[in-house]
Amino acid sequence: MMHWIALPIILPAFVAPFIVLAARYHIGIQRVLSVAGVLALVAIALGLAVQSADGTITLYQMSDWAAPFGIVLVGDTLSTFMVLLTAILALFVLLYAIGSEWDTRGRHFHALFQFQLMGIMGAFLTGDLFNLFVFFEVLLIASYGLMIHAGGTMRLRAGVQYVLFNLVGSTLFLFALGSIYAETGTLNMADLANRVALIGPEETVGIRVAAVLLLLVFAIKAALVPLHFWLPSSYAEAPAPVAALFAIMTKVGAYAIIRVFTLIFPPSLGATAGLFDLWLLPAALVSLAIGMTGVLAAKKLDRLIAFSVIGSMGMVMIAISLFTPEGIAAALYYIVHSTLAGAALFLIADLVRTGRADLTLTPQPVIAGNALTAALFFVGAIAMAGLPPLSGFLGKLLVLNAAYGSTLMVWIWVIVLGASLISIVGFARAGSTLFWKSHSVVTAEEGDIALSPDLQSPDPLSPDQPYPNLHRPAILSYVAVGGLIALLAAHTVFAGQVHGYTSTIAAQLFAPEPYISTVLDTPGKLSEPTGDH
Amino acid sequence: MELLVASAIGILTAGGIYLMLRLRTFPVILGLSLLTYAVNVFLFASGRLTVGAPPILLDGVETYTDPIPQALVLTAIVISFGMTAVVVMIGLGAFLGSDDDHVDDQPENDTDQAEGKS
Repeated sequence: MMHWIALPIILPAFVAPFIVLAARYHIGIQRVLSVAGVLALVAIALGLAVQSADGTITLYQMSDWAAPFGIVLVGDTLSTFMVLLTAILALFVLLYAIGSEWDTRGRHFHALFQFQLMGIMGAFLTGDLFNLFVFFEVLLIASYGLMIHAGGTMRLRAGVQYVLFNLVGSTLFLFALGSIYAETGTLNMADLANRVALIGPEETVGIRVAAVLLLLVFAIKAALVPLHFWLPSSYAEAPAPVAALFAIMTKVGAYAIIRVFTLIFPPSLGATAGLFDLWLLPAALVSLAIGMTGVLAAKKLDRLIAFSVIGSMGMVMIAISLFTPEGIAAALYYIVHSTLAGAALFLIADLVRTGRADLTLTPQPVIAGNALTAALFFVGAIAMAGLPPLSGFLGKLLVLNAAYGSTLMVWIWVIVLGASLISIVGFARAGSTLFWKSHSVVTAEEGDIALSPDLQSPDPLSPDQPYPNLHRPAILSYVAVGGLIALLAAHTVFAGQVHGYTSTIAAQLFAPEPYISTVLDTPGKLSEPTGDH
Repeated sequence: MELLVASAIGILTAGGIYLMLRLRTFPVILGLSLLTYAVNVFLFASGRLTVGAPPILLDGVETYTDPIPQALVLTAIVISFGMTAVVVMIGLGAFLGSDDDHVDDQPENDTDQAEGKS
C-alpha cells in the first residue's frame, strides 16, 4: 500500500511536537526544522500531484480498516492539487515569518504553524465527513493560537470574535453531521454518495436540512456574505504571515463545498434539487459586490486587503455555484490566483507597516524601501483587482466564460465587471495615498505639522527623527513576497496548462464513480466477516 | 423519551442562541456551552434512542445500540471542552487588556491601539 498519501498529515504532526519538546528555547533550530518540514511537504505534495495527475485515485485505509467502517484518506486530483497549493504557500509564508522575525514576537509560532498545516492537509485529504470536522478543528485550534500570536489588545479582541464565530460554525457542523448520520447511517463520503442517491422523493426532509446546514458551515469558512463578518477584523488584526496563511483557509471552505456538492449532493440529485442553486449564486454575487465595495471604503490597508479577499471568495463562489465542469475548472484556477494574490498582499501590507506608524490610508512620511514595496504592491493590486496582464484577469475571463449561458448571466457579467472597476479605484487610491503622497508630506523635522496633528506617529522616536521607523525589511522578506509574485506571474504564463489541469480535475469530479468504487471496493481488514474472531 | 430528549435539545439550543446574541463575552461563552451540550445530546440521539442495550457485539444479545454516535460524541465533547477553555482564556485576555467585554466591533475603538504593543 502506498503510504505517501498520509505523509502530508503525519509529517507536520511529528515536526510540531518535536519543535515544542526539543527546541522550544532555540529559535534557530525551530526555524531549521520548520523550513525543512515545509520543504519536505512541498516535495511530497509534488510527488502526490504527479502521481494523481493521470486520474489515479490513491486510497489510504487507516489501520487497514475497509472503507465504510474505517477512516480513509483519498488522494484524487483535486485533493493533491490543493495540498500542493498549501505546501507552496506555506513555504513562502514561513520564509517571510522568519525574514520579518514575526516568529520571535511570541512563542510557539513554528509549532502552531505546523499544526495548522496538518489540519489543512488533513481537511483536503480525508474521505470521511466526521474526519473532516476533526481536521477543521485541528486547523482552527492552531489558527486561534496563530491569530493572537504576539498579543496586543486589538488582536485579542479580534481573536475572541474569530474564535467564537468559528465555534458556532463547528457546532453547526456537528448538527449537520448528526442529521446526516441519522438519515443515512454513514459518514464516509463515498458511502454517503451511494446512500443519498437511494433516498426516495418523499423522504427528503432530513437530508435536505442536513445539506443546507453543511453548506452553511462551509459558507462560514468560505466567508460568503452574509456569513463573512468574522473575516475583516481577524484577517486585519492577525500577524501578517498568519493572515497570509489564512488565505488558504477560506479556500478550505470552497474545497469542502466543491467536494461535498459534487460527490454527495451533486446537482443532478433529485433529493436536493432546487435547494441551493436558488440562492448560492446570488449570495456569491453579493459577496463579490460587498467585498469590492469594502475595498473602496476601507480606511486601513489591512482591512482593504481583507475585503478584497472576501470579494475574491465571492468570485470563486460564483464559479462554483454554477456547478458545471467549466465553472469548477474556472473556480480552481481562480482559487490558486486568489490564494497567492491575497497572501502576497497581506505580506506587502506588513512591509509597509514596518516603516509606518500604522496602516491607515493617510499620507505619512516615506517608508524605507518605498520604491520596491510600491512596485510589489502595484503588481499585487493589479493581480487582485483582475487587470491584465496577470492571472486575476485570466481567472475572471474564465469565470465570465463559464457563466456564459447561465440564467443569471447578465447579473454575473454586470457585477463581476462593476466590482472589478470599483476594486481598481480602491486599490489605486490606497496605492497613491501610501506611496506617492508620502513624498509630499512635510515631516515634523522641518517644523511643520504634517496635515493634521492626530495623524502624527505615536512612536516615541518620531519627534527626533524624520523617518521614525527607518527599518528596512529584511532581504528574506522581499524574497518571500517576490516569490509569491513570481508564482502569480508563472500562474499567468502557464495559464493554459493550469487551466487544462483544473479542467481534468473538474471532469474527474463530475464522474465520481471511480472515486466511489476505489473507496468502497478496496478490500481491507475485516471487509468480509470471517467469523473466527 | 423521544419528546423529553427532543425538547431538552430544543431548550438548550434556544437558551444558547439567546445568550450568544447578548454580545458580551461571558454570556456568549455560556451560550456556546449550552449549544455544545445541545449538539452533544443531538449527536447521541442521531443513532436512535435505545435503552439498556450494549454497543459492542456480545454472545446471546439481540438488540444493540449504535456505537458510532457514542464515539462521535466523545470526540465532540473533548473538542468543545478544549475550545471553551481556549475562548475563556482569550476572552479574559481581551477583557483585561481593553477593560471591555463586548464581542462586536466598537467603532470608536477601531484604531490601531495595539500596534505599539505588538
